[in-house]
Amino acid sequence: MKVRFWGTRGSIPVSMTAQAVRAKLITALSGAGGVDLNSHEQVVAYVDQLDFATAGCFGGHSSCVQLETGGAEHIILDMGSGARPLAGHYLGQHGGKPQTYHVFMSHLHWDHIMGFPFFTPAYIPGNQLIIHSCHSEAEFAFRRQQAEPSFPVDFSLLRADIRFNIMEPGRDYTVAGLTVSAKKQRHGGDSYGWRFDDGKAVVVYTTDSEHDVGDLAERAAFADFFRQADLVIFDAMYSLAAAISVKEDWGHSSNIVGVELCQLAQAKRLCLFHHEPAYDDLQIAQILNETRRFEELTREGAPLEILSAWDGLEVVL
Amino acid sequence: MQLRAQLIDGIQLVSTQGRIDQAGAEPFSAALSPYLADCCAGQPAIVLDFAGVEYISSIGLRALMLAHKQATAQQGRIAIAALTPLVAEVFAISHFDQVLKVYPTVADAIEALR
Repeated sequence: MKVRFWGTRGSIPVSMTAQAVRAKLITALSGAGGVDLNSHEQVVAYVDQLDFATAGCFGGHSSCVQLETGGAEHIILDMGSGARPLAGHYLGQHGGKPQTYHVFMSHLHWDHIMGFPFFTPAYIPGNQLIIHSCHSEAEFAFRRQQAEPSFPVDFSLLRADIRFNIMEPGRDYTVAGLTVSAKKQRHGGDSYGWRFDDGKAVVVYTTDSEHDVGDLAERAAFADFFRQADLVIFDAMYSLAAAISVKEDWGHSSNIVGVELCQLAQAKRLCLFHHEPAYDDLQIAQILNETRRFEELTREGAPLEILSAWDGLEVVL
Repeated sequence: MQLRAQLIDGIQLVSTQGRIDQAGAEPFSAALSPYLADCCAGQPAIVLDFAGVEYISSIGLRALMLAHKQATAQQGRIAIAALTPLVAEVFAISHFDQVLKVYPTVADAIEALR
């Protein structure tokens, strides 16, 4: 299974600013003194050894993740603004040939559905879209955001065959060759985490989920849901201090809780996700480094690999 | 969990030790509770001496946050002092050092809260 991230930012999309680009250029050029950059290859080699926060960018699209299973049907997790470039990717691969898309929704807040009106396959006759959700209001939410005066193209004008499949948490389903189950999470209006198992690898997608660290039963239940996952995509929007003080009940979690739950679950990889929109690349990179250090400090068994999601990241399991 | 308490220069110095994790957080909170009840306006501030604390997990940090909230609600004052290097790193990574009053030594904390 391959996991490709198209939108990794929390709450609202953000974009790179001119000041941020300038700061990256200044950092890169300041470190180039004495480096031989006379050929294109030398320049590429220099850029490639720069740290990610300088030479790259975590990106700004809101939540959208693609699972590639090797099967004919496509799997998408949430329809944040990252769904727009994902649509371009699919069209580049398949053109107008009819495809089946399975979309699994964590919840229906705007940052998780806002990419759908720009998901071009929804406009193409012959395509089939099945939107899986544990929220009974899913269809209402999707139709409402395309109704006047919010969007110029009404949902009824979409030409794909679009269906809504309301699921129940705690049950195993088989979808596109995957065993899929959902778990209810703490978030305004509820959210649901998803566990996907193709028989070779397990991916858990758990975003927009607050954890009450004092609730030991809840902790054990999430550890079971994450059990021995190859990858846990985890809402690490806030620091632990913020998540249990000024931002308590805001519906998000922290890197610390992500590490603790993954260690308890004996998961293999933790991917920090749903980045705080106020953070720049340096801050997100610092959180990644700190999280890796925290994992080292608390490790008792096998190492837990720590990643930080960025728009364009691919993880092969 | 046993806490050692002594009044120094008008400050209630409370010393603890061991791990404040899933097993240790509740006993720590229970043992701290009577001192917290007295931590209010006009009463001695609390300094928690963490020199003997080997580790603190998220549930232990939550216990500290609840203690801080209770003391603040009662118009009392509470601070933490003498973190071991490992616990200091956990405080920094979790940003608890930005939310709670943390001092390098017990003497520094007593001086600040006196």
